Amino acid sequence: MLLAALVLVPFLGSLLAAVMPADARNRESWLAIAVAAGGLLMAGSLYPDVAAGQVLREELAWLPAQGLYFVLRVDGLAWVFTMLVLAIGLLVVVYARYYMSPADPVPRFFAFLLAFMGSMLGVVLSGNLVQLVVFWELTSLTSFLLIGYWHHRADARRGARMAFTVTATGGLCLLAGVLVLGNIVGSYDLDVVLAAGERVRADELYLPALVLIALGALTKSAQFPFHFWLPHAMAAPTPVSSYLHSATMVKAGVFLLVRLWPALAGTPEWTWIIGGAGVCTLMIGAFIAIFQHDLKGLLAYSTISHLGLITTLIGIGTPLAIVAAIFHILNHATFKASLFMAAGIIDHETGTRDMRVLGGLRHALPVTATLAIVASAAMAGVPLLNGFLSKEMFFAETLLVGGDTNWWMSYAALAMGVFGVAYSLRFISIFFGAPSEALPRAPHEPPRWMRSPVELLVLTCLVVGVLPGLSIEPILHVAAVATLGPAMPEYDLAVWHGFNIPLLMSTLALAGGVLLYGLLRRYLQLKERDTVPLVHRLNGAQIYENTMLRLTRGAGWLLKHLGTLRLQPQLLLLMLALLGVPLLLAGAPPAWSDSPRQGFDPLFTAIWVIGGGCAIAAAWVAKYHRLAALALVGGTGVVTAATFLWLSAPDLALTQLMVETVTTVLLLLGLRWLPPRIKAGAGQPAPGRLAWLRRSRDLLVATAGGLAMAALTYAVLVHPASDTIADFFLQNALTGGGGSNVVNVLLVDFRSFDTLGEITVLAIVALTVYALLRRFRPAPESVAIPAQQRHDVDPASAQTPAEQAGSGYLLVAGIYLRLLLPFMGVVAVYFFMRGHNLPGGGFVAGLIFSVAILVQYMLAGTVWVESHLQLRPHRWLGFGLVLACATGLGAWLFGHPFLTTHTAHVDWPLVGELHLPSAFVFDLGVFVVVVGTTMLMLVALAHQSLRAHRLPGDEAARAAPPVSGRRTL
Amino acid sequence: MELTLSIAVGVMFGAGVWLILRPRTFQLITGLLLMSYAVNLFIFAMGRLWVAQPPITPTPAVDPALFADPVPQGLVLTAIVIGFATTALYLVMIIGARGLTGSDHVDGEEPRE
Repeated sequence: MLLAALVLVPFLGSLLAAVMPADARNRESWLAIAVAAGGLLMAGSLYPDVAAGQVLREELAWLPAQGLYFVLRVDGLAWVFTMLVLAIGLLVVVYARYYMSPADPVPRFFAFLLAFMGSMLGVVLSGNLVQLVVFWELTSLTSFLLIGYWHHRADARRGARMAFTVTATGGLCLLAGVLVLGNIVGSYDLDVVLAAGERVRADELYLPALVLIALGALTKSAQFPFHFWLPHAMAAPTPVSSYLHSATMVKAGVFLLVRLWPALAGTPEWTWIIGGAGVCTLMIGAFIAIFQHDLKGLLAYSTISHLGLITTLIGIGTPLAIVAAIFHILNHATFKASLFMAAGIIDHETGTRDMRVLGGLRHALPVTATLAIVASAAMAGVPLLNGFLSKEMFFAETLLVGGDTNWWMSYAALAMGVFGVAYSLRFISIFFGAPSEALPRAPHEPPRWMRSPVELLVLTCLVVGVLPGLSIEPILHVAAVATLGPAMPEYDLAVWHGFNIPLLMSTLALAGGVLLYGLLRRYLQLKERDTVPLVHRLNGAQIYENTMLRLTRGAGWLLKHLGTLRLQPQLLLLMLALLGVPLLLAGAPPAWSDSPRQGFDPLFTAIWVIGGGCAIAAAWVAKYHRLAALALVGGTGVVTAATFLWLSAPDLALTQLMVETVTTVLLLLGLRWLPPRIKAGAGQPAPGRLAWLRRSRDLLVATAGGLAMAALTYAVLVHPASDTIADFFLQNALTGGGGSNVVNVLLVDFRSFDTLGEITVLAIVALTVYALLRRFRPAPESVAIPAQQRHDVDPASAQTPAEQAGSGYLLVAGIYLRLLLPFMGVVAVYFFMRGHNLPGGGFVAGLIFSVAILVQYMLAGTVWVESHLQLRPHRWLGFGLVLACATGLGAWLFGHPFLTTHTAHVDWPLVGELHLPSAFVFDLGVFVVVVGTTMLMLVALAHQSLRAHRLPGDEAARAAPPVSGRRTL
Repeated sequence: MELTLSIAVGVMFGAGVWLILRPRTFQLITGLLLMSYAVNLFIFAMGRLWVAQPPITPTPAVDPALFADPVPQGLVLTAIVIGFATTALYLVMIIGARGLTGSDHVDGEEPRE
């Protein structure tokens, strides 16, 4: 569990950090330090195993049926990266404690930073390629959040968006590449993939896989032509730049390339794609870095160039080049992280990062200046520092590429070395010369603990540079062996190898760099230049912005020409698709093999003449006579219910009948808020030709739809039924479910999980209706009491509903129904109780009970009912859901799966033996939810009239000005 | 009987489609109601037609061939109740839209022709 803990602990820390108060800077830092230090201890304890060449694996079943396992594995390479991520992380959080200002909301910062740490460890430790991509995208996401940390700044938002778009797109390419790779190998397991190198390289899909994976790696590691996002990511707080954008995240790309080296490398394609991108990047990055004015900008381009160096080494692909690549990854992480921290200190102390302003800082910041100068020297490749060693290995490797004749790679390397020295000089120039007068703040040495991470890193640079064999060699060996295996080359990390060509190249680079810097200062006005000479037209960011703009415009164009906000065309298309698509998908129509099972029944036909007539009539009058249409639809509904009863579905008939009642009441309540109906003919222009055409078209679609549906139904009905699971339900309902009404047993027992989902949906819909109605603002002309309720003769029309209830409005009917309430309650209980064995059950009983309450509302009025009957539909909803869930969970107590029914047989006095299955309690939950849903929706709707009626009659119409009654959203 | 039911389903569905293509919100809700009847009956008919053979088993050992198919019935029962809930939701949407836009046209504004 150690590996799982390594990945999980940072995420847990992230959660914890997120909930701390905004000013808890110290607590946040201690938490982050504890997480990083704990991780270091855990990872450190793995060293003996890893150094012995073991691969430690932990597996958790994820989707075992799909062959997907959550695999964490650590070998030498992964271990070294884990240590790098955690060690730099530890230093960065210490540094960040002093860097972040008290005004910054630190919980967000540390939460994101720790989440990044976890994601990065996930990338490094993943033993499954798909899982690796998931963590990979998580690093992109956390990087996005961290770059955009100061989201009030436009450059931060822009930089975050750019970095995310580029790296996440690369991540998608990587996913595709990994899928191709997994397809070639037949497994996503890293160990299997690494062992299948021969097969991968021989496969015809090798090139697509390589290109896609390279796209992922190159975007992440900011390689040309995707390098432009990194300088814009410098809008992040400096600890983030130091951690993510120089030491760890941008190394994920090169890490992946090293990781997959055994599987993918060794072909000309590999060298050309990876090496080519690397060479372009190292040249361009180093060159542009010289001309930056922003400290962090210089460091960003320098990072790009060094990443290019590493990529080039990986592209060269010889075992020794891989060793050099891993070595340079470590070296670059140490000196670049310390340089970023130094830049942060300078920014923090002086208030600016502009090298045109900064100068003479060695007087005010002597210690920081010394540290930064040493780190810059490491970056430039000065002997006795770590950068020198790996750079010399790089020079040596470039010499091997072209053989004796082709030297272009070495020239490129040399040029990069020269540029590197030049920009390092440019960087340290801020410490020399006269102290600048124009600084926003007078600088002082930073707090001790802010500087100590830098000191530690610079010390590492020195130790590795002077004593490589003692310090870094064992670690490097562990990582290299894990990657190269038997191909492990002989090499010797030493400062002095005698006079050879790489040493000559290093010397030339140093001398050339100094010369170049001097020339540039003198003749090219380095401090005043605004553009980079030669390559200033090569603006990746601009190309990116243009592309995004075109994409947005293109999307807008497509939306304008292919989309519509109008519902009618959408519905027409939907209906046409409903008609057309099944025809395309279905094969030949089946033969009409079977004759009808049931004979012709004139009475059945007669009721459907009525039902169908009602449907057509409803369609005809729905525009002008809403009430009539509603009644007609109700007629069709009743005929449907009768059909259910006729055709052996008594439960359905009951439900349909009750739903019909409730729906009609619901729509009646809603009708009131619709605009007055349009008088046919009166003042309306006769429909034009266009309208006739439209109607004919719709009629055609409707007729076709009806015919198709009829034909389909008939085709099914004259075919014998195939075997279904119905037989199982019928045979087991009584024995297994303890009820003879199979439909009810189906609902509350066999498929009760389904029903649980359904009542949840009901509750959600009811709450949505309630929420929508809380914000409901009727149209101003609907506010007044409708004309139908106003009549001079009727005294009730001048009364509010409360007054009506008090003065005996509809008194006889009201009292009659009040007396009926207990009887209807009993009926509901009766239907509920018998539900398991005879037609009935929670749904039906709930609806009956709701209707019982509803008629009280209708006749006695809302005010009277609510003053006599405390009904809280919200609670009914909650209670019902809890009841149903608790019943299901109860099964767990007895070791059965969720929602298993248990039947108890109880002997009750008078009543006799009673079956009490736990499904009964579940059904009670259904009952309660149905009552709650119905009541909540209908009562909420009814209350709208009450609200509007507070002003009686015409006054409301007058009081409500046309506009103020409406809310603008 | 099969033919009668098929035609009935077709008539209700056709009337529903016609109403769904109309411009007023109330027409739309009526159309949805009719369509849901049609579709419920259609799903119900997948269990074929049985007269006087409800799926209520008096004894444990029964011949399944003598009872109506309970599965479509169970499905349709829940469909009816959910249909009611969605009708309520749609109703609230249309009266809310009418209050907000001042129009009961499905597009939220009167046609410009």
